[in-house]
Formats: sequence, C-alpha cells, structure tokens
Amino acid sequence: MDNIAGKKPALIWAVQLSAAALVLLWVIPTLGLLVSSFRTGDQIVGSGWWQALTTQEQQLSPIRVEGEEAAKDGAFVIEGKLFDTATVLSRWGTSSKEPTAFAAGETAPLDGGATLTVQADGSYVLTSPVTTAGARLPRIFASASTPPDFTVDNYTNVISSPLAGQSIGQAFLNTMTVAIPATIIPILVAAFAAYALAWMDFPGRALLVAFVVGLLVVPLQLALIPLLQFHNWIGIGKGYLGIWMAHTGFGLPLAIYLLRNYMVGLPRDIIENAKVDGATDFQIFTKIILPLSFPALASFAIFQFLWTWNDLLVALVFLGTGNDQQVLTGNLVNLMGSRGGDWEILSASAFVSIAVPLLVFFSMQRFLVRGLLAGSVK
Amino acid sequence: MHPAMQALVVILIGVGGCVGYFYASNLFLDKVLFPARGPSAGRNINRANAIRPWLFLFPALLLLGMYLAYPVFATAWLSFMDTRKDGAFIGFGNYSAMFAEPKFVESLTNNLVWLIVVPAASTAFGLLAAQLTDRIKWGNIAKSLIFMPMAISFVGASVIFKLIYDTRDASVAQIGLLNALWMKFDGGAWSTVFLRGLPALLVGGLLLSALYAGYLVLRPVLAGRREAPLFVAARILGALVAAFLAYELGTWLAGIFTNELPYGTPQVWLQMPFWNNFFLMAVLIWIQTGFAMVILSAALRGVPEDTIEAAIIDGANPFQIFFKIKVPQIMGTIVVVWTTITITVLKVFDIVLAMTNGQWETQVLANYMYDKLFRSLDWGMGSASAMIIMLLVTPILIWNVWNVRKEMR
Repeated sequence: MDNIAGKKPALIWAVQLSAAALVLLWVIPTLGLLVSSFRTGDQIVGSGWWQALTTQEQQLSPIRVEGEEAAKDGAFVIEGKLFDTATVLSRWGTSSKEPTAFAAGETAPLDGGATLTVQADGSYVLTSPVTTAGARLPRIFASASTPPDFTVDNYTNVISSPLAGQSIGQAFLNTMTVAIPATIIPILVAAFAAYALAWMDFPGRALLVAFVVGLLVVPLQLALIPLLQFHNWIGIGKGYLGIWMAHTGFGLPLAIYLLRNYMVGLPRDIIENAKVDGATDFQIFTKIILPLSFPALASFAIFQFLWTWNDLLVALVFLGTGNDQQVLTGNLVNLMGSRGGDWEILSASAFVSIAVPLLVFFSMQRFLVRGLLAGSVK
Repeated sequence: MHPAMQALVVILIGVGGCVGYFYASNLFLDKVLFPARGPSAGRNINRANAIRPWLFLFPALLLLGMYLAYPVFATAWLSFMDTRKDGAFIGFGNYSAMFAEPKFVESLTNNLVWLIVVPAASTAFGLLAAQLTDRIKWGNIAKSLIFMPMAISFVGASVIFKLIYDTRDASVAQIGLLNALWMKFDGGAWSTVFLRGLPALLVGGLLLSALYAGYLVLRPVLAGRREAPLFVAARILGALVAAFLAYELGTWLAGIFTNELPYGTPQVWLQMPFWNNFFLMAVLIWIQTGFAMVILSAALRGVPEDTIEAAIIDGANPFQIFFKIKVPQIMGTIVVVWTTITITVLKVFDIVLAMTNGQWETQVLANYMYDKLFRSLDWGMGSASAMIIMLLVTPILIWNVWNVRKEMR
C-alpha cells in the first residue's frame, strides 16, 4: 500500500537512480582513501585515485646518470637503469628545455663527442671517448607511461616503523588496551543500576531516572579539568587507569538509560513468578534479567567500543601525550601535522585505525540499529 | 607491567570486583544486617528490600556523581577563578575577557552556523535516504553503506575528507576529488548550469522555505489569536530569525549570479574564509546522516498504513503524502534526531583540530576550549568556555528531563 504512489515505472526508476546516487556519494570518500592506501607514493601523486586502474602518462622527475665507469673498446662506458618498475619510456631528452627531443632507443650526441642511448625499458648507455670521472654527468628527462601499481608496502611500513612518535602497530595495541576494559567494566555497573531503576520500588526512583537522562547530554568538556585535578589528587595522574575510569564514568548514563529502557519492557509475569517462587532480587537479576537483556547489553557494548576506540579528546587529556601511550586517533592527528602530504602513509594509517570499527559495525549492525532505536525513539 | 597485561588484570579486577561487591553486599544485607529469621523477620525483610535498591545503585551513582555531576559544579566554580593568579576569585572576569577576544567571538558565531547547518542537513539527508531506501529492493545494503561512516572516527573521517580537499599546483594532476571536478569547469554552459543554476535553485528553495516557516510561525499572531505574551514573544522572535535567514540567503542568491568564479585555478578549500566552515561541516553531515536515516526510517515504517491509504483515496500525490501525512506523524522523532545531532555538534572538536586546528577562521567552541586548557594552560578561561557549551546544551537537557518526568508519571 505504501508504494501505490510509486507504481509508475518512471517514478520507480527515479527512486532507484537517486538512491544509487546518494549511496555513491556516501561511499566515494572512503573508497578514495582505501584505493589510495594500496597505491605507491609515486602513483598517488601522479594521478587521482579514480584513475588508479589506468596507465599514467607522465613526466618523470629528472634523473642524473650515475654508475661505475668501464673501459670498453677504447671508450669509457657507463651503463645503468632509470627505473626498476614496469614503466615504459616513450620520449626523453637531456635538457629541461627539450625534455622530449629523442624517442626511446635513439642515441643523443653530447658535448665532447660522448653519446647517450636510452631504451624503452629505462636502461641507458653513456659512451665517452675520455674518462668522465669527476665531470658532471648529464641528466635524463623522461616521459614515461606507468602501468597501475598496487602494493601492500604502505601497510607494512606504517605498522612497523615509528613515523610520528611511534608506529601505528604500537598505537593499535594501545587503543585496544584502552577500549576493551573501558567497554566491559561499565556494563555490569550499569546493568545493576538499570535493574534497580526498572524493577525495584523505592522513593526517588523517578528523580534518579531524570538525573541519568540529564547527565546523558552533559558535554564531557566540562569534566576534563576537575577530573584531571581529581586524578592527580588521588595519585593516578595520567595513565591507563585514569582513562578507563573516565570512559566508564562517561559511558554510564547511556548504558543505564539503554538498559533501563530495555529491562522495563521485559514481561512482568516472569519477574513476579520468580518472586513468588522465592527468588531474591539478586537471583532474579543474574538468572533472568541479565540473560534476557543480552541484545541491549550487546548494543551498548558496541556503542561504547566504537566510542572509546574512536575517541580523541579523552585520550589526549587523560592518557598523557607520551609516545608509548599514544592511541590511534592521536597518532593520526600527529601524522596529519608532520606528514600531511604523504598520502601513502596517511591513508594506510587511517585505514588501520578504522578497520576494527568497520569490522565491528558490519558484523554487529543489527545490535547497533536496535540500540539506536531503543535510545532515541519511544 | 605491560599495559596489555595490565588491561587484562583490570578487566578481571573490574568485573570480579563488581560481581563480588554485588554478591557480598546482598549476602551481608540478607544474612547479617537484617536476617529474615527470628522475631522481627518480617520487618527485617522489608528493611532489607528498602536498602537493596541503593546497594544496586551505589557504584553507578558514585561514578556518575564523581565523573559527571561534580565536574559541572567544579568547572562552574573554576570559571570564576583567575587560575594564573593563585586562583583568586574574579567573578565574571574570565567571561568578559573571553567575549573581548576575537577568536572566541569567531568560535561562537561559527558554532551557531554549525548548529543551524549540520542538524538541518543531516536530518534532511537522513529523511531523504530513509524514504528512498525504504522503497527499493536493495534498500538494506544501501542503508548499511550510508550508515557506515558512523563507525569511522572523526579523525579518520578528517583524513578521508582531507584527501578530497587536497590541492596541487595547476601544472600537475589534481589528486583531490573536489579540485579535479573544479578544474573541469571552464566558464562554459555546463559551468553555468552546475555552478550557478543548481546552487541558485537550492538557495532559492531554502529562501522560500525560510519565508514560509516564518509565516507559519507568525500566522496565529497575524490572525489575532489570543495567546500568552511569552508565546507571542517567542513567535515574533522565531519569525525574526527566519527573516534574518531569508535575508542572508537572499544575499547568497544574488552572489551566486554576480560572483566571478576563478576558473582554472585550483582552490585551497580549507583556507577560504567562511566557506571553509562548510567544508568542515560536510564531514560531520557525512557521519551523522546515517544515524538520522536509521531512526527516521524506523519511524516512517511506523506510520499507520490507513492514514496513507486514506490520503491516496483522496487523491494525494506522493509529495503531498510525504510532506502532509508522513512528516507530521514523525515530527516527534525528527525533533529527537535533531536535538541528538545538535548535542554532537556542540561537542565537535576532533574534526576541527585535525583539519584546520581553528586556523583560517574555523575555530569552534570545543577546540577553543582545548586551546585555552592545554595550550595556553589558562584553566579559568577554559572552564568559562566549557560553561558556554554547557549553557547551550541546557535547554535540551531541560527538555529531555521534562519529557522523561512526564513519561514516568
């Protein structure tokens, strides 16, 4: 019935096309980074990522002839290669004024009777009647077409080598260290509180629910300084313990709110029957409520994990800026500052940092959607 | 100890401690403090049941109080201190110093633009995406792809968009998508269509809707309906805001037709004053649209079929069905989505820090505050700017709390 208005073929096509356009618009940014992260640095600079599959025709940066001089048939010869890749050279020259003077395989006369030959595969031969030792050797300007070139070197490079303070691999471990306890610990604390707010009668319950809802929107910017002072005062200072506690505190309002909303909806009969049978609240909670609330627990866990993994501010403030404690987001910001133009490094690093959240997202999307709906639609 | 080991130990201690605490405290309550036996067994059970909720709540309340409630007051207190002079009380000194600072005024105005543009655009795109994807066979795949940016960190998204905004010299190939597209325009007919025609349509449409919204808000006053003075004042204020927006959009519309566009020159998008804000906002809109879409799509599916059937029988066209039947029925959800995104916008920090760090007139409150706190080390002024963020959130806080109270009754 919903689609009666959409039964006209033209309208259906319009809907299909606009949906496709919208999806494309939303996917392209990520796709661009993903493609770039597998291209070599030269390729990234040479052409846009959308041309990654096509052969690039480009002017290479000038390369000076170099190599061991060998005596051959009474002349001095230097042999070498311009590049090791599958690049094909088309035109070349020896001065910046005429970079396309010669075709591949042609021989160019140089000053003093010397000659230079460059082949299409980049190998060159410099022949000179007198020794060239100590002299300035000529430069080769080459236009070449480079076929598509994909590599995983970017990833191995950023994971192991410290480019901005520390390697992405180390930052990855640090982020794990932050995110996992910060996801698990709030769940239990919140679950007990949510049960009390959902199923136990006591004066002030409504007020407490309102309190939790109010705290839901308090910007955590307000918490930074007082908590830093507090952490220094109790002697934790900056470190993992502090950030675990901070994330736990900041995650609690959402956890309690989500879990309470879910638990309130559980059938009253089960709980009352259990009470009649003599179960204590503690037993009801652990044996009935907790297993039944699994979907809500899962959705909160996903939220909290994504949030702690992706967080930058809390990590910057509570973890300290020491290199050994840098998380992925912090490392990425540093890289953007110091290696802003090196897209092969930036794109691979960024992808390492978003890989885990994307994995979690695609495998547990069901719970995520359910949690979102429970959290905001009533 | 290696941090990973420490993490494992902390998980064990944390979880074990929680379970232990809840188990032991319940046991203590039931067996030692108020045992359910002896002459006062009945009274003891009641007493134990009166205390038990607080046992369940205690750890959560302690953490909430310590990590969220107390800091609000502590920050408010700090914002009245001159932290550079041994914490002397200076009243509103930090606030007046802050308002005198151009960078703060800049971040406040930028934040207001963010507050209008990002929630509006995200909700609009979300609604569009929800409506489109609900009608096609591959809707679920489309939804997941639009929803995906939700999982990407703000910093990751900043890297993604920085590649799009990349600028190179005109003599070499552009590797940023936006400049590559821009270089395709040369001032010909297509340029007129895409760079003047389409934006003019969009801005013109926005202008008309702003005028219409202002008219709708003001209509009861114009019709002379009797209302409380507060409502009348609010309506007039709303109409004034709409009129101001319409005026701004009108100047843009004029600008679209008269501006000389620098064809053939690669643009440094992130360094264009004022407009660079919009390039930063695009990142957040890209992330938040999926959220809006998921929630609005669920709400749209909840619209009762018979209202739509009735409209179709009465001869309504698809647009009328959408705007006059469906949208009014999901208005409550739209408000929820809008306010949720508003809160996210107020806290936006990572995107600005990573992409421009507030340079070129893109500063926002949260990054300004971070600047004051951790670069200038002026905790008084940092707290004052945090309080401004809190102040902007407060209406939403009150509205939420009010709604929950209404529901609990």
